Amino acid sequence: MLLIPCPHCGPRNESEFQHGGPARRTRPDAAGVLDDALNGILDDAQWVDYLTVPHNPMGPVDEKWWHVRGCGAWLILTRDTVTHQILGEARHGR
Amino acid sequence: MAAEPFRTLNGGRIDRTRPVRFRFNGRSFTGCAGDTLASALLAHGERLTARSFKYHRPRGITGAGLEEPSSFVELLGEQAGGSHPITTVLLREGLEARSVNCWPSARFDLLAVNQSISRLLPASFYYKTFMWPNWHVYEPLVRRAAGLSHAPVADHVKGIYETRHWHCDVLVIGAGPAGLMAALSAARAGARVLLADDGIEPGGALLGRRARIDGRPAMEWVAATARALDDLPNVTRLSQASAWAYRESNLVVVTERAPSRPGIFQRTWRVRAGQVIVAAGAIERPLVFHDNDRPGVMLASAVQTYVNRYAVLPGRRAVVFTNNSSAYEAAADMLAAGIAVGAIVDTRVSVPPEAAALVPGVQILAGHVVVTSAGRRQIKGVRIRARQGGAERPIACDLLAVSGGWNPVVHLFSQSRGSLRYDDGLSAFVADRPQQAARCAGAADGLYDLAACLADGAARGMQAAQAQGFDAAAQQALRRQPPPLPACNSTPAHATEAMWHVEPHKPSDKAFLDLQHDVTVADIHVALREGYGAVEHVKRYTTAGMGIDQGKTGNINVVGAIAMAQQTRLDAIGTTTFRSPFMPVEFGALAGARGGSVFLPYRHTPITAWNVANGAVMIEAGARWRRPGYYPRAGEAAQDATRRESLAVRLNLGVYDGSPLGKFEIKGPDAARLLDMLYTNLFSNLETGMGRYGFMLSDDGMILDDGVSFKLAPDHYLMSTSTGNADEVYRHMEHFLQIERPQWKVRITPVTTAWANATVCGPKARAFVQALGTDIDLAPAAFPFMGLRHGTVAGLAARVARVSFTGELSYEINVRSRDAMPLWSRIMDKGAPLGLVAVGSEASHLLRVEKGFLSLVHEVDSTADPIDLGMPWILSRTKPDYLGKRAIGIRRSSKRVRRELVGLLTEDAQRVLSDGAPITPKGLRQASEGFVSASVWSVTNQRSIALGLLANGRQRMGETVFIRMQDEVVRATVTAPCFYDPSGEKLRS
Repeated sequence: MLLIPCPHCGPRNESEFQHGGPARRTRPDAAGVLDDALNGILDDAQWVDYLTVPHNPMGPVDEKWWHVRGCGAWLILTRDTVTHQILGEARHGR
Repeated sequence: MAAEPFRTLNGGRIDRTRPVRFRFNGRSFTGCAGDTLASALLAHGERLTARSFKYHRPRGITGAGLEEPSSFVELLGEQAGGSHPITTVLLREGLEARSVNCWPSARFDLLAVNQSISRLLPASFYYKTFMWPNWHVYEPLVRRAAGLSHAPVADHVKGIYETRHWHCDVLVIGAGPAGLMAALSAARAGARVLLADDGIEPGGALLGRRARIDGRPAMEWVAATARALDDLPNVTRLSQASAWAYRESNLVVVTERAPSRPGIFQRTWRVRAGQVIVAAGAIERPLVFHDNDRPGVMLASAVQTYVNRYAVLPGRRAVVFTNNSSAYEAAADMLAAGIAVGAIVDTRVSVPPEAAALVPGVQILAGHVVVTSAGRRQIKGVRIRARQGGAERPIACDLLAVSGGWNPVVHLFSQSRGSLRYDDGLSAFVADRPQQAARCAGAADGLYDLAACLADGAARGMQAAQAQGFDAAAQQALRRQPPPLPACNSTPAHATEAMWHVEPHKPSDKAFLDLQHDVTVADIHVALREGYGAVEHVKRYTTAGMGIDQGKTGNINVVGAIAMAQQTRLDAIGTTTFRSPFMPVEFGALAGARGGSVFLPYRHTPITAWNVANGAVMIEAGARWRRPGYYPRAGEAAQDATRRESLAVRLNLGVYDGSPLGKFEIKGPDAARLLDMLYTNLFSNLETGMGRYGFMLSDDGMILDDGVSFKLAPDHYLMSTSTGNADEVYRHMEHFLQIERPQWKVRITPVTTAWANATVCGPKARAFVQALGTDIDLAPAAFPFMGLRHGTVAGLAARVARVSFTGELSYEINVRSRDAMPLWSRIMDKGAPLGLVAVGSEASHLLRVEKGFLSLVHEVDSTADPIDLGMPWILSRTKPDYLGKRAIGIRRSSKRVRRELVGLLTEDAQRVLSDGAPITPKGLRQASEGFVSASVWSVTNQRSIALGLLANGRQRMGETVFIRMQDEVVRATVTAPCFYDPSGEKLRS
């Protein structure tokens, strides 16, 4: 069971959290334009990839955890999928 | 006391004055306090204690601890259950145990016929043979033949399982010489220490040896050290406590099998340790040759333990077969106990003189191997020859002690993700690079010399304490001294020569690598021939190492056998993954107190007590809510009550407890913006005091939820969700807000249980709410359909909403949860004379099907979108974006045939359909073209009605479709999905 460093609550047991999958880039709007980068027009295939193809690397991966039985924050943290080591600090939101 | 012919008169750590009676396979025996079931049976000369898993060959006791690969028992009576290694079952008065894998008994086993047809049972025999027509035809038969123990039937009435969370600086696993020293030196440095040991008393390997420390018997040092630890306030010491899992973030799970507190069966410790020291010792390997599984073939260290610790002679005339020097110490102890040692067969050409010096006068056959054993139900002798070949000759014996070298117990270190390396000198895998704060000590670290183990333990303990910030110098200033290193004689170096198996004579030889799953060298060769070259594949193909013992004795021999066949080194092959649990753990110990209602508690509304008192049949209705299904009156069946309640709503008055409905308050300047993003339709243009029905999609275009949201103020909305989806919707909303739009100024508060509601519905609802007493103007113009008003009802502060899930005029009266029961009582008091009835969820379902309202559980699976459900208008064309917009657009552009919501009227008006029944072309057994989502007896139409999803359904009105029920194919006509008040006049009245 991971010990997840919540920036609000300190190190807490994984059982207080829900896993939210790998963190993706910011959601584009329906026109395919990224909120923070106007040059990111996505075609249909890229949109479907954005929705359905999460990367699954061996090694460090940015992922989302919801501290649902704690402070309620959605955290993004970096976890090594091989060793389960959590690298650096967890961030609240993006 | 009954005679124990194989018990010596003196010595051992058993109490001859305290006889213990027990039963094994239906026969009565007497052992001594301090015995295990294994040692007590050996004291009686019981050699045949098991049948093997596949061939049902006779098997005996091989080991002395949890490495035991062949004899497993299930316990009967009070502590029923489990497949326990016979060597780990402590003897207690009245114990009753039975061998697994044999019927009717180990001595006369019917399936022993498998031995004579063993040539027909190669590795993966079951996979290859039971393919046609499918495995399930054979499964019950094979399971009965292959089954280990039975599931326990006795209830644990005398106690509970408990979980304890624990934090410490240093966790030491194992109280052998290294573990005791590690615990002592870490504790003296000031660290909080938890010492967990598997045995009933500390000492580890010393319990089975005749070692000396500081010139005295080693167990005196053990006892003194344990006392010293117990005197320290910063040390907690557990016995009969096995560490079986090493998880992430230095969490180690330890199960204590006999906690001292009465009423606690087992206590599982979930230990978050700063540092972990694995001092779990080493396990001896067997040597592998033809017929190496007969009762009487035992690990040399096990024989040594039985002789020294239990004062039991596992045989009278022994042969020792070894590839290293540790067995010479065992042989010396056997001689001292009175066992004749006929020969030591040593694979090594040159035997170290200090080893030979331990057994003066014993014949040592250097450079020799045992090629086979003789005997049936127990070993009668062995045949030996020189290693390079030559003539065989027999040696008679009733005990063969084997030692194939030692494996450090790296299981937990490996579970912690530390890497292993193969050590040529030890012929074993040892801990290499740690990944977490874990270190091995003593024999678990590949050190087999007692003095080296003590020194290593002390050093590891100090390192661990320092890593936790305990400074040795500062401790000395506090006059805490590190423990002095005790003195002891060195034991001969093991000098192990790799020997994975003796070359077989012929392919049909049965040289067992894995005794528990009957995996032979030949099976490994079959796997390799069939292309399963990787060790993990060999494991799965042959099932080697998959038993209860998890290959503790056999796995490395399997790796060695693969290496021999592939002519490569063991480190090129590696090991299979070491997984938890390290040893069998009971399910109760895993669950702790989280059983029954604690595991998944029910949710109750504030009027549950009234419901139960009034005879409601309570059912689960989404998200663990218990709610009334219906309120039967005397003599009423379920459907009678449901129809009566439904008719009351249609014709008069009903009240429904809608409290479980999901509710969220959404507040902030960006509240409207958030709702516009979450719902497919527009909410920002809603008038204050009004609500709107909306669909919420996930970003892949799937329907997540539907519900009504009200605007309470320009920056304040009240959202309702379906009961079963509230948690998921909350997650969805918070995720979007915190991850995707953290800059938006809006907060979401779940208020599901803060508000309770009673929904008054029926044509007389308005007059009734008026009669309850309210300051809200109920006139249709002042309070229209989909409106929400604040005020008081029946003297209680309330939010009243005009929403309807029944199709009738409805007032959803929301009050604080604590006011729910007073409101309900006042409604009942006032309503009873008017014929008002309480309505359960069954009637609510019936009424919504008549009206054609959606229920996500029924009408929506992960393929339907709002257009399929007949609501294309709900997808906003003006909003630039909402969650799911683009996915729906992409999906719709494919022009594939969609399943659309329709009504179904059966030709036989009496026939109510089953929910989920498939609709197929002409009713043939073909791919379905839709399904029945809900079917009820309509009280309004006095006939069967149904909703369903049907391919191209909206273009097929009036067509006949065919529904495959279990007994027959039923014909129905496709209609619009609404059977009551299609214009919504009553709803809006």
